[in-house]
Amino acid sequence: MSAPTTGSTPAASTGLDSAGTDSTGADSTSLAVRAAGVGKIFPTKTGDVVALTGVELTVAAGEFVSLIGPSGCGKSTLLRLIADLDSTSSGELQIFGKSAKQARIDQDYGIAFQQAGLLPWRTVAGNIELPLELHGVAKETRRARVAELASLVGLSDFVDRYPDQLSGGMQQRVAIARALAEQPRLLLMDEPFGALDEMTREYLQGELTRIAKDTGAAVVFVTHSIPEAVFLSDRVVVMSPRPGRITEILPTGLGDVRSESLRESPEYFERVTAVREALHGSPVERANER
Amino acid sequence: MTLRQAQDDALRQAQDGASITEAPKPGGAMRQARGGRSAYDGSGWTPPSWVRIVAPVVVGLVILLLWILVVDVLAIAPRALPSPIAILEQIADHNDIILEDMAITARNALIGLALGAIVAILLGALASAFGPIDGMLAPLVSAIAVVPIVAITPILNTMFGASSQFGRVAVAAIASFVPVFVNVLRGLRQTRPVHRDVLRSAGANGWQTFRVLTLPTAVPYLMTGLRIASSIAVIAALVAEYFGGPADGIGTAIATYAKSGRAALAFAYVAGGIAIGLAFFLVTSLLERIATRRKPV
Ligand SMILES: Nc1ncnc2c1ncn2[C@@H]1O[C@H](COP(=O)(O)OP(=O)(O)OP(=O)(O)O)[C@@H](O)[C@H]1O
Ligand SMILES: [Mg+2]
Repeated sequence: MSAPTTGSTPAASTGLDSAGTDSTGADSTSLAVRAAGVGKIFPTKTGDVVALTGVELTVAAGEFVSLIGPSGCGKSTLLRLIADLDSTSSGELQIFGKSAKQARIDQDYGIAFQQAGLLPWRTVAGNIELPLELHGVAKETRRARVAELASLVGLSDFVDRYPDQLSGGMQQRVAIARALAEQPRLLLMDEPFGALDEMTREYLQGELTRIAKDTGAAVVFVTHSIPEAVFLSDRVVVMSPRPGRITEILPTGLGDVRSESLRESPEYFERVTAVREALHGSPVERANER
Repeated sequence: MTLRQAQDDALRQAQDGASITEAPKPGGAMRQARGGRSAYDGSGWTPPSWVRIVAPVVVGLVILLLWILVVDVLAIAPRALPSPIAILEQIADHNDIILEDMAITARNALIGLALGAIVAILLGALASAFGPIDGMLAPLVSAIAVVPIVAITPILNTMFGASSQFGRVAVAAIASFVPVFVNVLRGLRQTRPVHRDVLRSAGANGWQTFRVLTLPTAVPYLMTGLRIASSIAVIAALVAEYFGGPADGIGTAIATYAKSGRAALAFAYVAGGIAIGLAFFLVTSLLERIATRRKPV
């Protein structure tokens, strides 16, 4: 991965307060995501579904934030709102100080969906380079970038294969490579490692934290796995369903370097416990004291 | 959505039966014809592939032997039914003029198929892009679908004159338009939501989305439409010859020789017609198979 395209520096220490009351001027552009009172209602035949309500969330440039919560609590919905794939029903949402639509058109983010969503008639290389091709990047540049990205996700030997010749996990890795193609300063990922084996999963977790650090990209990462959320994130956003909302935001404070040894450390286990308790709604005070 | 489905349904019913719209399956018609499916497909016993090749051949040979028995050995057939051996002799003796007439009929069918398909693709693209055009076209296509093409053939032949092939081409074009249009329109609506999200998130504009996603998604459906239309085009071009136009082509020859009592030669021409139909079917099936070889993931 080469140098970041944007000059944003990762927020050194992040916590609840770092981005609490800022909505003006230079501050708001240094924020990757700013959601104020965001709600989303899906009208259906059987009545309105309140998918999200009163979401207050800021993600600083370069910050890694995980969304965790039970199925149906609106994690994917929140990600889709940020990506301008759906529009908010209420509240205000800004991406790098712009509207979500403008940020999408400016290609400020890359996204990997819950489903890989590869085009079956394109090879692995063709799928990875799709965003570059759409933006008119020259062929040689594309080829070099595809080689780089394919080796990053461990698929160098498969660039000429078609998606139906790959396993589910390999397809997902292609989708991740595609999301990284434009070196976005915001990465949106919806359970991208869900279909992977434990080995690949841990390897890619390490790679992802490294990429995010190298490129200074902010990441909004949806997951069902508590250890994964803690290992990756600067902050873990705990959500609950009916109606979908944020119940708690836990800073991990595990520092900038995420090595494999972290997985064995006592702080790590403490954070895992804290997130688990927040998810289950048990003693919240203990988690906050730390 | 429901309105469109209703239109599709109406079209399908108008074309008596489901044969006009088939969801393309990986492998296409050829694979199924060749027995490429696995032995276990949940529908009970499936014969091994050699049986599926040998069985029709055996049935064909049995029919041929019965035919020879009735005509040549027992001599109890009417005069209009010649012996297969006599037909083969006629084919051997007259292969030059049979081939000439085959070329004319095949050419009419091919041009008609191409014209019908091009118009169908253009109108299908318009209909899928603009709702109002869809609303205008749907009843029109339903109307074309229920017109018995044979009924207007004499009119078309007269319209373009007795020396022009164009009446026949037009008949083939109209006949092949409907299945291609219906399938293309369906295919253009098959893009998956996750793929649309991928392109939207990449900031693709309308034209890029059409070129990169909508069109490739529709190609297998187009090929299915072409396969169905190809047989229809051959039949239409051939039958159109029974209703006037220049004195050439397979259909004209069959009519002429049947009337003048040269049944064996008429049947030799029928064999030529079958060969054209088979060729059209095999080529379009192959195209369909190529277009559907990538399974959706
Ligand atoms: N297009 C839609 N129409 C109606 N309701 C929807 C739509 N999309 C989502 N919902 C509803 O919104 C709620 C949140 O859905 P969402 O997909 O965001 O959940 P999630 O947290 O991502 O769940 P999971 O972990 O299972 O992926 C669900 O109750 C769902 O039924
Ligand atoms: Mg989800």
